[in-house]
Amino acid sequence: MAVPKSKKSDGPDVAAPALNQQTATRDRSVASIIKNAVVSALLALVLFSLMIGIRTETGPSGQLTYWTRFGELAAVVGAVFVGSIIVETIKRWTGPLGSVELPDTVRRAFSVLGRVLIPALLIFALLVPVIFYNQRYLLDLGILVLTYVMLGWGLNIVVGLAGLLDLGYVAFYAVGAYSYALLAQSGLPFPYFIETYPYVAIDFLQLGSWAFWALLPVSGVLAAFWGVLLGFPVLRLRGDYLAIVTLAFGEIIRLVILNWQDLTGGPNGVSGIPRPTVFGIPLTPGEDGFAALIGVPFSPTHRLVFLFYIILALALLTNWVTIRLRRLPIGRAWEAMREDEVACRALGINITTTKLSAFAIGAMFGGFAGAFFATRQGFISPESFTFQESALVLAIVVLGGMGSQLGVALAAIAMIGGFELFRGLDQFRMLVFGGVMVLLMIWRPRGLVSHRAPSVFLGRQTAIPSSMVKEGDG
Amino acid sequence: MDYFAQQLINGVVLGSIYGLIAIGYTMVYGIVGMINFAHGDIFMIGGFIALITFLILVSMGLSAVPLILLVMLIVSMAVTAVYGWVVERIAYRPLRQSFRLAPLLSAIGMSFVLMNFSQVSQGAQVKPIPPLITGGYTLHDSGNFAVQLSNVQIMVVVTTIVLLTIFSYIVSRTRFGRDMRACEQDQTMAALLGVNVDRTISMTFVIGASLAAVAGMMYLLYYGLVDFFMGFVAGIKAFTAAVLGGIGSLPGAMLGGLAIGLIETFWSAYFSIEYKDVAAFSILIVVLIFMPTGLLGRPEVEKV
Repeated sequence: MAVPKSKKSDGPDVAAPALNQQTATRDRSVASIIKNAVVSALLALVLFSLMIGIRTETGPSGQLTYWTRFGELAAVVGAVFVGSIIVETIKRWTGPLGSVELPDTVRRAFSVLGRVLIPALLIFALLVPVIFYNQRYLLDLGILVLTYVMLGWGLNIVVGLAGLLDLGYVAFYAVGAYSYALLAQSGLPFPYFIETYPYVAIDFLQLGSWAFWALLPVSGVLAAFWGVLLGFPVLRLRGDYLAIVTLAFGEIIRLVILNWQDLTGGPNGVSGIPRPTVFGIPLTPGEDGFAALIGVPFSPTHRLVFLFYIILALALLTNWVTIRLRRLPIGRAWEAMREDEVACRALGINITTTKLSAFAIGAMFGGFAGAFFATRQGFISPESFTFQESALVLAIVVLGGMGSQLGVALAAIAMIGGFELFRGLDQFRMLVFGGVMVLLMIWRPRGLVSHRAPSVFLGRQTAIPSSMVKEGDG
Repeated sequence: MDYFAQQLINGVVLGSIYGLIAIGYTMVYGIVGMINFAHGDIFMIGGFIALITFLILVSMGLSAVPLILLVMLIVSMAVTAVYGWVVERIAYRPLRQSFRLAPLLSAIGMSFVLMNFSQVSQGAQVKPIPPLITGGYTLHDSGNFAVQLSNVQIMVVVTTIVLLTIFSYIVSRTRFGRDMRACEQDQTMAALLGVNVDRTISMTFVIGASLAAVAGMMYLLYYGLVDFFMGFVAGIKAFTAAVLGGIGSLPGAMLGGLAIGLIETFWSAYFSIEYKDVAAFSILIVVLIFMPTGLLGRPEVEKV
């Protein structure tokens, strides 16, 4: 918890570069580094003396007890002191964060790399099941990452293109997952109306092994319907009012799922969700299984590989639709609305349909991802659809650079992969995750890929810095 | 009627706690235009600090309840204020000139950090304390139902009123309050006129955090427990309250807090306790459909 040192006024518009440099030269001394470190350590002492120095615990009789942990406290304060010295020293060498501009040649090299990166990533993604066939953990992780890539691309339509801040995207993920799970199981959404049918595993629709493929579009359509339902009340809302309403919407969906026990099974969730089949052929060890049909010995890895390719296809579909839509009038209207809603109105763009279509299409892809999640897990419960999930997807979109498809994919790989890397840290994992999120935002507030491909250009397409792109105010 | 009166009392008490947290949201929003997502967790930290202070004081042999309460209040407000200051300094100040979503994400990250920090440092279990303030009054007894007003409830409401009075005096009458309102309107102009914008914003966070600490302590005294996750739900409710009242408006935050507290209590009492949060959020959505800037918010005038 190093505290930034300089006392300079970096208030609005006052912090001109010249002023920055002046302050930097004035403070360039060892004494100031030490002084800052001491201040940081003192602050850490105030912050942590109670929270770390004292550990409270509920005793067996319900009585609170406590013991002291001065050793840990000293260690943390010491770490802050040393860390502060290191951070300050590095800052002296490199200047303020984020002010380093890459030279043109480096940037051009990056853009060449960027052009190679997309096909390379794509080929790599296609080959992942071949390369890592024997490593189920990596395949599983790949599926997870691709799910988030898809969610990120879906939310990107709403946040990145249309500029509508959505903090409740997980609601559509949940709607998709529950639509698939409930329809595949009971066939009718209100099983308790028909008392003769018990709750689980009826397969009323007689979909059999086609359940996933038949219900995948249905889940998407239902999620899109909920997207429109959310869209209507928020048409007039802007900025943070929109943010809180979408957040509230996500919470409402989760709470209803949690409490409507007759339908959703409440906190126990829904289990026994049908697994996907290779277009009707089940991935089972039996006679009519896929393995027997193509004449190879059965392996449970087949299902993982198949799931991997399904989510890869779904994610690429999301990406392709997004890229195509950006060239259609509706996509242009989204981006125009993000830049200036009033001007759009004046030019005769129908804001209502533009906003609703953005919500609906974004929600539809969320619904697809939800249905995939349900079939992959075989079990869903409201715990999978908390606000943390929405925040994670939003973090992926913003970190990816809002509107950059490649950036979103890279951010999803970095976030989910990083999150998995920290699995060993156990209970510190979320702590580290939050800290990394803060640091990344400070380091690159505009995201990893901070330039955009403009959708309209004269002659040759060139990337523009994303600081020229507005983020919309909902 | 008695039942109604009892729920009214409970609702006002809950609403006061929400209102105290909501003021922190609304102040920060007014001055820097960002949602301080970590504010709910600052509230939780305030509750923990109060709890730990209480334990230390009791183990030192102190038994005078008013003194214990006073020390708890002061320590909790002071330490939590430092938390608020540090959070602003680390996570928000570097992003002040950045685009709108960057500080929001940074705030969500900070909220994860604070929540998991207290989980790691204090454990995941719920921490109960024995009731410090006991007793109360029976306002009306009709034989089968008695309307109770406990001393804790009186204290929560009185503390809220006193703090609000002090706070609105600070905002409307003092030099700092004037600086704050100036920064809300135009930071550049305020800076040119000699207002220290950085310090004013820091102070706003400090005041917001100390009010949240008071709310945390009241929560601890009223419900008798704290846990690391309580900041999330309370924070969302308080933010809902701030938006309902019209974000940026201080009386609006208190009004919104009371409204959310009352809705929640009455819904739990008359309909179903499971859906109380759904009710609160639904009413927020309905209100915003008809009043897109909240109850007391000023409509935004859009200039082209």
